[in-house]
Amino acid sequence: MERTLNNKAWFLVLPVLVLVAFSAIIPLMTVVNYSVQDTFGNNQFFWAGLDWFEDVLGSDRFWNALGRNLIFSAIILAIEVPLGIYIALNMPKKGWGVPVCLVLMALPLLIPWNVVGTIWQVFGRVDIGLLGRTLTALGIDYNYVQDPLDAWVTIIVMDVWHWTSLVVLLCYAGLVSIPDAYYQAAKIDGASRWSVFRFIQLPKMGRVLLIAVLLRFMDSFMIYTEPFVVTGGGPGNETTFLSIDLVKMAIGQFDVGPAAAMSLVYFLIVLSLSWVFYTVMTNQGQETGK
Amino acid sequence: MLELKNITRIVGAETHIDNVSLRLERGTLNVLLGPTLSGKTSLMRLMAGLDKPTSGSITFDGTDVTGVPPQKRDVAMVFQQFINYPTMTVYENIASPMRVAGASRQAIDAAVQRAAALMKLTPYLERMPLNLSGGQQQRCALARAIVKNAGLVLLDEPLANLDYKLREELRAELPRIFAEAGTIFVYATTEPSEALLLAGNTATLSQGRVTQFGPTIEVFRRPDDLITAQTFSDPPLNTIAMHKAAGQFRLEGGVAFPAPAALGEVPDGHYTIGFQPHHLGLARTSPEALALQTRVTAMEITGSESFVHLGFADASWVMLTPGVQEFAVGQQLEVFLDPRLLLVFDSHGRAVTAPGRLAA
Amino acid sequence: MARIDLDHIRHSYLANPLTDDDFALKEVHHGFAEGGAYALLGPSGCGKTSLLNIISGLVQPSRGRILFDGTDVTHMSTERRNIAQVFQFPVIYDTMSVYDNLAFPLRNRGVPEADISRRVNETLEIIGLAERARNRARGLTADLKQKISLGRGLVRSDVNAILFDEPLTVIDPHMKWQLRSQLKELHKRFGYTMVYVTHDQTEALTFADTVVVMFEGQIVQIGTPAELFERPSHTFVGYFIGSPGMNVLPVTLDGAVARLGSRSIDLPGAAIPAAGAKTELGVRPEYVRIGASGLPMQVRAVEDIGRHKIVRGSIEGCELAAIVPEGEGIPADPHVSFDPRGINIYADSWRLEPRA
Repeated sequence: MERTLNNKAWFLVLPVLVLVAFSAIIPLMTVVNYSVQDTFGNNQFFWAGLDWFEDVLGSDRFWNALGRNLIFSAIILAIEVPLGIYIALNMPKKGWGVPVCLVLMALPLLIPWNVVGTIWQVFGRVDIGLLGRTLTALGIDYNYVQDPLDAWVTIIVMDVWHWTSLVVLLCYAGLVSIPDAYYQAAKIDGASRWSVFRFIQLPKMGRVLLIAVLLRFMDSFMIYTEPFVVTGGGPGNETTFLSIDLVKMAIGQFDVGPAAAMSLVYFLIVLSLSWVFYTVMTNQGQETGK
Repeated sequence: MLELKNITRIVGAETHIDNVSLRLERGTLNVLLGPTLSGKTSLMRLMAGLDKPTSGSITFDGTDVTGVPPQKRDVAMVFQQFINYPTMTVYENIASPMRVAGASRQAIDAAVQRAAALMKLTPYLERMPLNLSGGQQQRCALARAIVKNAGLVLLDEPLANLDYKLREELRAELPRIFAEAGTIFVYATTEPSEALLLAGNTATLSQGRVTQFGPTIEVFRRPDDLITAQTFSDPPLNTIAMHKAAGQFRLEGGVAFPAPAALGEVPDGHYTIGFQPHHLGLARTSPEALALQTRVTAMEITGSESFVHLGFADASWVMLTPGVQEFAVGQQLEVFLDPRLLLVFDSHGRAVTAPGRLAA
Repeated sequence: MARIDLDHIRHSYLANPLTDDDFALKEVHHGFAEGGAYALLGPSGCGKTSLLNIISGLVQPSRGRILFDGTDVTHMSTERRNIAQVFQFPVIYDTMSVYDNLAFPLRNRGVPEADISRRVNETLEIIGLAERARNRARGLTADLKQKISLGRGLVRSDVNAILFDEPLTVIDPHMKWQLRSQLKELHKRFGYTMVYVTHDQTEALTFADTVVVMFEGQIVQIGTPAELFERPSHTFVGYFIGSPGMNVLPVTLDGAVARLGSRSIDLPGAAIPAAGAKTELGVRPEYVRIGASGLPMQVRAVEDIGRHKIVRGSIEGCELAAIVPEGEGIPADPHVSFDPRGINIYADSWRLEPRA
C-alpha cells in the first residue's frame, strides 16, 4: 500500500514521535553540538571545530576499546548463533515439551541487564560466590577481578547465558514453519541429517537468522551494563569497551567535548557495520534462496 | 454499478494490470477467468481498494472511489484460504460485520439465521470454525461476506482448496445465492468449467489484460481472439494453421475443403483455425463433415467420456467423445469435424468470423 | 519396480484403538501389480493419504504387513524402501540448481559423479528441463518445480514405485493436461509402478488403469474407469464419480419392475434384495433421456456448460439431473426415460447383481 489509508493513524503515532524526539533526536543534536565545542564549565562554550574528532581518532585509548568491542562481538556471534541454532534444532516440535522449553528459553530474556550483572558478579566471587568458590575448590585458579582472561570469560558466559535464548527462539520460529513434506521428501531422497540441515533448514531459517545476527551484533557491540556491574572495566582497562570508556570520559572526567565526538564516531560505526551486515546477508539471501 | 476506466497498475518494472475497462452491473455475477498470474487477484485488489491503480479511475454507483481505502468502500471479500476468526463461534463470525456496523440485536440474529440457512450452517452455529470441515469453513466465510450486505462481493478462487465433490455442490448452490443477494459479485477462477457452471458474465484475462467480456456462454462460443478461446477451453483448444485461397480452406497437412458458407466471407490469406475437443467425433454427423486421418498418441478414459489424444500433421489435438473408447496408441484413426463449427483467427490472433451455430 | 502387497493393513492415529471408528484405515487388503498405474480416489479424510504414507514408510501401520515383491518391509525405513514420492506442494531445494536438485538423491547414495551426470541428464531430457539445468530451482513456476520433484524420483533407476500425493493441486488447468499426459507416457515407456492419490475424479480416472475408491477408511470398489462409471458397486461410488453424480431414487422392487411413487420403471433384470433392505435405483445423468414420453419431469434449472447442458429438476418428488448433448433442445413438457444399460439397483447402498 503506497498511500496512507487513514489519516487518523498519524495521531496514534504522534506520541511516539514526540517521545523519540525527546529521547533520541534532541540529545543527538546536543551531542553534535558538544562535539564541536569546548567548555570549562560555567556554561561557557568555545568553538573547537573538528579538534575532538582528531583527538579521538588519534588516541590509542579509542582504538584499543574499539578493538575489544570487535573481538567481543565476534566471540559472542561465534558462540551464540551456532549454539542457538543447535538448541533450536533439538527442541521438541510438538507435544507438552514445547511450552516448557519455550518458557525456559524465555526466562533469561525477562531479567534486566543490571540484575544479570549483579547475579553473576555475586555468583563468580571467590569469597562468597557459588561459582567462584566451587572453581577454587576444584583447584582452578579463577578470579575475575584480577585475571583479564577470567574477566572476559565471565562476561562472555554471562552474555551467552542471557542472550542465546533470543537466537534460539527466532530460529525455532523459522524451523516450525517448514512444512512436513520437506522432511519427508528428504527422507525419500536419502538425505543425511547434515544435508537436511544444510539444504532445508538453514535456507528456510535464512531470514530469521539475519535478524538474529543483526540484533545480537548491535546489542553486543553496545555492551555496557554487564561489564560495568561485574568488572567496572577492569582489571586495568581489559574490559573497558567503548561504551564504558565513553561514560568514564563524559561523567567521570567531564570531558564532554571528546566524549561527544567519540560517541558520534561510535554511533557511525554501529550504523555502518549494521548496514554492511544487512546488505551482505540480504545479498547472499538473494543469490542462494530465501 | 462498478466501473473501471482504463485501469493500469505497474509495480516496479512489471505491468500487473494493463489498461482494463469493465462495467459491472448490480445483481450480476461476473467471472474473472484466466491462468495463474494473469491478473485476476491484482484486479480484485484494485476493486477492493487494497491497491491503488497507477492510472485510470474506479467509480461505484457514479462516485469516484479511486484511492478510497477498503474500510470506506462497500465491499466484502472471500479468499482462497478459509479465513475466519478462530476464537469466535460460527454465529459470531457471521455476525461480526453487522456488529461492526452497529446493527440491532434482532437485525443481527435475523440476518445470521438467514445466511446460515442459505449456507446450510444452521447446525454448526455454536461451533468453532477450526472444528469444521474445509467446506463448512469456507461456507462460514461466504456467509460473513453475504451478511455484510455489501454492494460488491469479491470471491478469489473461493473453492480452490476444497474437495472436488464439495466444489461441485457449492458451485451448484452459488448462483442461487448470488441471484438472491442482488449485489455485484466478482468471482475469480482458473477453471473454464467453473465459469461455465456459474454462468453470468465472464471476463477472460491474459497477462494483465481483459481480452473479452460478455455473457459467459457467448464468450465461450464466440471468442474475439485466439487467446480468449485458449483461456476458455479445457481440454485445451485444438488449433492448426490454414491457408485460404480460391474459395478453399487448406489445412497444414494437406486437407482442403470448400470454405464453409456458414462462416461468412473470409479473405484469402494465412489463418489459424481452432475448434473445441468435443467437436471432433468418431461418426459423420453432417454431410459437410471433414474426414481427418489422425494418429492416436494417448488415451484417457473417465468412464463417461474418453479423451483421445491425436496427432494430425504437426498439431496435437484432443478429442473428447462420450462413452468408453479403446484405441491402441499409435493406431490410425479417422475422425470427423463439422467445418461450420470452426473458429478462424488471423495472423494477429483476432477472430475473423463468428462460427455458425447448430440449432441450440 | 516391484509388486506391492498390503496385507490386512489397519491404521489408527490413537495409541490404543478400540472400536472400528478409532481406525483411520479400517482394513485394507490389496495388491498393486508390478508396473501398474493405480489411483486412490476419495474425499478428504477417507484415509487415502495415510495409505500412501504407509506404503512409503512415513507412517507405520497399527496392524498388518506391507510387502514389496514378497519381502516384508513393514518396519523398513523410507530410505531403504527405495520409493519416490511427489507431494501436493512442490518440494525443491531452494539453494540448489535444477541439476543439483536431481543429483541430490544420487549423491546421498554415494553414486559416482560420472553416473550421476549421465542419469541426471537423461532425466532432464525426460522431464523437458534440459535447458534449465543450471538455473536456480527457486525461481521456477509451480509446474516446473513439480517436474523437479518428479525428476528426483525418476533419476533413481531402481525405485520400487513412484507415489503421487495430489501432485496437480497447485497447477493451472492447462498445465494439468500436459503434466498428466507426460506422466502417462512415462508410465508406458518405463513401466513404473505408480500409485496416485487424489480427490479429483478426472485426474484419477484419466491417469490410472485401476482406480481404488476409498470411503471412510475402507476400499469400496476397485475397478477400471469404465466399471466404476457403469457399475458402481456402492451408491457412494455412483455419487463420487461422475459430474454430476449418479441419481439415486428410492424405489420398491417387484421382480423386474421398480416402483417410484405412483410410477413403474422396467429393469434390465430382476433383483432380489434381502428382506427389509432399503432399496434404491441408481441411474447416471448420462443415461437419462429427455423426450416426449416416460415419467413427467419438473425442470428447475438448465445449465449450459458448453459441450452439453445439465438439466436439474425432479420426478415424483425426487431430485434428478440429466445431461443433454450440445445442440439438442428440451421439450416444453419434458418426460424422462432411463437407458436400461445405465440402471443399477442397490440394497442398503450396495449394488445387487441382476438376474437374467
